[in-house]
Amino acid sequence: MYTQALNTREAIGPVEDPEHEARFQARVDGEEKVEPNDWMPEAYRRLLVRQISQHAHSEIVGMLPEGNWITRAPTLRRKAALLAKVQDEGGHGLYLYAAAETLDVSREELVEQLLAGKAKYSSIFNYPTLTWADIGAVGWLVDGAAIMNQIPLCRCSYGPYARAMIRICKEESFHQRQGYEIILTLSRGTAEQKAMAQGALNRWWWPSLMMFGPSDKESQHSDKSMRWKVKRFSNDELRQKFVDATVPQGLYLGLTFPDPELRFDEASGHWAFGAIDFDELRQVIAGNGPCNHERMKARRKAHDDGAWVREAALAYAEKRRSRRDTARAA
Amino acid sequence: MPRSAGRGGIPQERRELVTERNIPLWEVFIRSRNGLAHKHVGSLHAADSEMALQAARDVYTRRGEGLSIWVVPSAAIVASDPADKEVLFEPTASKVYRHPTFYEVPDEVGHM
Repeated sequence: MYTQALNTREAIGPVEDPEHEARFQARVDGEEKVEPNDWMPEAYRRLLVRQISQHAHSEIVGMLPEGNWITRAPTLRRKAALLAKVQDEGGHGLYLYAAAETLDVSREELVEQLLAGKAKYSSIFNYPTLTWADIGAVGWLVDGAAIMNQIPLCRCSYGPYARAMIRICKEESFHQRQGYEIILTLSRGTAEQKAMAQGALNRWWWPSLMMFGPSDKESQHSDKSMRWKVKRFSNDELRQKFVDATVPQGLYLGLTFPDPELRFDEASGHWAFGAIDFDELRQVIAGNGPCNHERMKARRKAHDDGAWVREAALAYAEKRRSRRDTARAA
Repeated sequence: MPRSAGRGGIPQERRELVTERNIPLWEVFIRSRNGLAHKHVGSLHAADSEMALQAARDVYTRRGEGLSIWVVPSAAIVASDPADKEVLFEPTASKVYRHPTFYEVPDEVGHM
């Protein structure tokens, strides 16, 4: 499961009801959870619908780069694990669509927004998985970054989202360890295998750092999101946590990070890293990443190809219901 | 006033944007082990009860979370309105005599 602060520029409307709003804020400040039919500011509802649905779309689109390697996994053990992981991502997407639906929006509507290109998903899935080592890097780095983002969301003020995140975080930990094990095995293998591991790290490191979204200076929605306790840490705080956790894991593998400026800063106790190319992030979000077109095409094809199954299931249910009704009437 | 659980109906103008028929929504309850009650774990879409059970098994029990599943059409659940919270639940706050700690029993009597 993957979240990203995409920070679209949509303006948040005025507060509709200052009195209700104040009471709502007091509840949120008191760490009380907000539940579906409770009064909530319209902007809070919209922020959640956007964030949860982007999150759900990311899970579903995220199945594509990994699904790419299921038939070519090197062993049966790796294949079974990858299948289970991709199945989890599908499940995560479903938990999240269900959480979004508690906010008066239908799953069909959300899926339609994705397929129409109106909704966003995490930029990371617009990068290709070129070798088997990329599957390791996706698990280790991409799921690792996602976990950093998601653990604080387990305490999000909106009950259904927080509950979905608790489930997801439990399952996500398997994904990260599965990925790290792939990279570990390759980095202990032949020179060629080690080069594959290094190549994957080189390709996925910077895009993983971009998953945390724009820097705090440019982030649009952070204030509201923090005030409403949807978000608990800023993009840059989470990014730093991820770098601090991940660099020692990479050094243990004997790999090098594609950042000449990466160094441990004794004074702060953190790993300092080079400047992120946010132009690249903007380009990928705007639809110009290496695989944006391919991902959307695959999603649309899956949706269209599955239409007859959805229709048939509904028709079958309808037929059985009417037969039951007839039998009852007789 | 009772309301549908969790999600209000989708307003008409939004529903018209959707070209496909919506697949019914179900609430899923799982008994994690014998001796425990079924607990709400989430929801899903399915055309009928049989598919809802299958989907619930795939979506909510991938790691041995359950021994028994209930699926209930979401529309069949009647829920109290959060706005009625005070009317419904506030009166119990003043009825402290409903709790055992309200009553004094001398120490000499021992545990009761």
